[in-house]
Amino acid sequence: MTGPDDTDDSEEQRDDRPDSPPRDDPGSGPGVPRLGRDEQPAVYGPDYQFEPPDGLDESVVTEAAHPTADGPPAMTSGATRTDGGASTAGGDLDPANYDAVDVFDTGDLDLRDGSDSCYKCSTCDTSCPVAEVDDSFPGPKFQGPEQWRLKRKEDADIDPSITDCSNCMRCDSACPSSVPLSQMHNEARGEYVEEQMEKLSTEYVRNRILSNYRFFAAIASRTPRLANFVTGLSVTQWAGEKLLGITGEREFPDFAEETFREWWRKRGGAQVENPDRRVAYFHGCYSNYNTPEVGKAMVRVYEAFGYEVMVPPQKCSGTPMFANGMLADARRHAETNVEELVAAIGEGADVIASCTSCSLSLRQEYPELFDLHGIEDVADHTFEALEYLRIHEDLDGALADAELDGESFAYHAPCHARNQGLARQARETFADVDGVTVEDVGDSCSGISGTYGWKAEKYETSMKIGAEMFEHMEDAEGDVGMTECPTCAMQMAHGTGYEIRHPLQLLESALVE
Amino acid sequence: MAITSDVLVVGGGLAGVTAALAAAREGVDVRLVSHKQSTLSQASGLVDALGYVPAVRADGGTAGARDDPASPATDDDPTRTPTAGRTGVRDRPDPEGPLVDPFDAIDRLPAGHPYRLVGADALREGLALFDDVVDGYRGGHTDRNALVPTFGGTVKPTARYPASVAAGLASDDRPMLVVGFRSLTEFDARQVAARLEAAGVPFPVAGVEVAFPAAFRDDARVTRFARSLDLDESIDGTPARRALAAAVEPHLDAVADGAARVGFPAFLGDDEAPAVRADLAGHLGADVFEVPMGPPSLPGLRLADRLYDALDDAGVRYETGVPVVGYEATDEGHVEALLVDRKGTEVPYAADAVVLATGGLVGKGIDSDREGVREPVLGCHVPHPEERYEWYVDDAFGDQPYARFGVHADERLRPLDADGAVQFPNVRVAGATLGGADVAREKSASGVSLATGLAAGRDAAVEVAR
Repeated sequence: MTGPDDTDDSEEQRDDRPDSPPRDDPGSGPGVPRLGRDEQPAVYGPDYQFEPPDGLDESVVTEAAHPTADGPPAMTSGATRTDGGASTAGGDLDPANYDAVDVFDTGDLDLRDGSDSCYKCSTCDTSCPVAEVDDSFPGPKFQGPEQWRLKRKEDADIDPSITDCSNCMRCDSACPSSVPLSQMHNEARGEYVEEQMEKLSTEYVRNRILSNYRFFAAIASRTPRLANFVTGLSVTQWAGEKLLGITGEREFPDFAEETFREWWRKRGGAQVENPDRRVAYFHGCYSNYNTPEVGKAMVRVYEAFGYEVMVPPQKCSGTPMFANGMLADARRHAETNVEELVAAIGEGADVIASCTSCSLSLRQEYPELFDLHGIEDVADHTFEALEYLRIHEDLDGALADAELDGESFAYHAPCHARNQGLARQARETFADVDGVTVEDVGDSCSGISGTYGWKAEKYETSMKIGAEMFEHMEDAEGDVGMTECPTCAMQMAHGTGYEIRHPLQLLESALVE
Repeated sequence: MAITSDVLVVGGGLAGVTAALAAAREGVDVRLVSHKQSTLSQASGLVDALGYVPAVRADGGTAGARDDPASPATDDDPTRTPTAGRTGVRDRPDPEGPLVDPFDAIDRLPAGHPYRLVGADALREGLALFDDVVDGYRGGHTDRNALVPTFGGTVKPTARYPASVAAGLASDDRPMLVVGFRSLTEFDARQVAARLEAAGVPFPVAGVEVAFPAAFRDDARVTRFARSLDLDESIDGTPARRALAAAVEPHLDAVADGAARVGFPAFLGDDEAPAVRADLAGHLGADVFEVPMGPPSLPGLRLADRLYDALDDAGVRYETGVPVVGYEATDEGHVEALLVDRKGTEVPYAADAVVLATGGLVGKGIDSDREGVREPVLGCHVPHPEERYEWYVDDAFGDQPYARFGVHADERLRPLDADGAVQFPNVRVAGATLGGADVAREKSASGVSLATGLAAGRDAAVEVAR
């Protein structure tokens, strides 16, 4: 078939779906943007309800929500959809009634302001760890504002290179103009996976599996020894690589024989009750299934400070799902998390995460991508574990008398910690503590970026990015690594063979034991 | 309230870092917060002090901007450059410069200029602090400006410059070849050479365009080039540095008498930059230098790395990615804490003194819209004409009033309110946040940051210690 026929077919298919935006009317002439995804509220998930943004002409809304059976909606008049979207309902073009700041309709995911804020300084490209090692990756500026703009006037596909973005989100804190780059990437990636990726492809299946780590970890944790035995087999690694494209170069993480939640139940829950000082612990999947010692350290440290710890039911924070464009999955998990955490906040708790990607997800990606009741409250009440203590407790005073026995750590700040302004806190917290050295191994990215470095085709890129960190770790005095991020820890261990610990574990040694 | 420091510096650019270092040298406890990663990555890496004294409007650029009712800007005075949309552009007098010595021209700057507030000594001390903490820079041996070719083909008077540009100085009379790359469209080597020639430089100069040794896509990022040279990656079997030299070598005779020095756009390595230049020079048999580029700028990134290492060495704690969104103050305007946004939650950072170095109109430390001009963090008073058409003149390169917009301060750099009284007694303002300088025309941005950063940081620390 020829190109134009393909296009027509796909448009028909898309328009059959209830929440598909209408295509451009071929007769509407150049310069008329279609009512884009960006002009709608968050659209992901099966229970999405269309809510028209304020000021949007009602006839367009109706057509957007209920496309007519016989194709794309016709333009009702020049006033409903104008070039640039000026709100000129009623045909009033008197400049006196024309307010410059209200020209564009803004929905929850209107990325126009962000795109307009980009003045193409390319600082984001310079901060991108992927572009530095792979010149075929066009960089965050293209993936974000440029691609967004390209899509305004014609129905362009999302460039497949969006899947090469590792979602480290460094571009967010690099941008001097506060362009919401990672939000744009998440949106584009979601659209790419939803509309362009073959659902039966190995890549899709593999990404779905990787991003739903929690699902498989939950099964594996029922029989952790068997699971560790199976995942440790070279045949498993071989099959993972050949059948799924999961790199055979890495060893699967061990599952704990007792999950954090099992430990929590067995211990009888909270040992401290204090209605005035409550925290709800969002342990995330990895602390639960793989490194419960991190979760236990969190509980013991917080109880030592007199906090009542709550451990509400929870699912995946969504980080691996965002990175793989599986936004419907992420949304489903977010519904549970937000509901449970809102309830905990209602009981006076703040939300504490020990994984910096979990805390970033709850704080930034949730409100950016989803519209759920209470989601802003969750974002506003969420903190990283060490961060919260530094804000609310006299941590320096508590650590003044602590003595540790001469340990040195090679500390790596995860990119997602960097994005929350937390890159320096571990180093700073222990700077004056006797008997411990926390040495920062520099500001490079570890390269693994969650599921990214697990993909066979990304493994080499991942290791190239990580090379600088490995080198600096080797140069550092200590031969134990430290980081807040579970997958950075995997990469650090993989590249150096070091044991890796979480700052909470060091805090536990200093304050509790 | 657990996050405390003696001096809290807001802003991670040259002024903020200088203020933090100057305060730390006084022995107080210093913390620096920055909204974003340091915008030094957008800077050329050149450190200018004062290159020109531009002509200012007959009213000294002060009409309206000083809220001075005694000399309102009017149209019927023929000595005034008209403001926007009035009567068109009049002749713009040439600026005084390029200056040989930045220090002795400071007295000729308009009153209210930051240099006039802190004096030439503060500039000297700021440069001395810079020389002390930043390795690999030149120019500290003399008070005189160096003349550094830019990627626009102009020559910029500069007080300090990275060693990587040293072989390119325009005062040197050796024949020069400038190399550009087909894929790097923003750097036109032939135009750079033609403009240098037109400027009357005392040496023969030619520009050539070569293809970067294959293996890279046309739109590869400058960081990719820099990394390949840093690691001397193999490009089709040849080490990158040798491959690059081989591409340039056939063109060495493009300039009369053969090139004694070869200029490249500034992507010659990052961490290993000196080794990259030395290797290229060895292969080419000529000196090799960089021509600073627009953003994103590797010399700027290298400078940021050195300055932040210096913060570490000085024991200054810093955080980036955390914007200041509000403050808590006493009725007298004594700022007790700044509210820092942590992804939606406002966290108080307590301090005894604050240095505000958040940038100017470009850096978003000064904000403007149709309603007016303001300083968004503390709401410091920013004098400006009420009438928006008084903010700018028709001549794009003329004496633009907006270029001097910023917070006005007393001699201790404390911000002044509309009545000329100190608005926040324990706050100092530094860098581009201060009004009164047209740093783009003066070529004084870095010097103003160093001089006022030093003065602000030190004064804040001394007050705290007292």
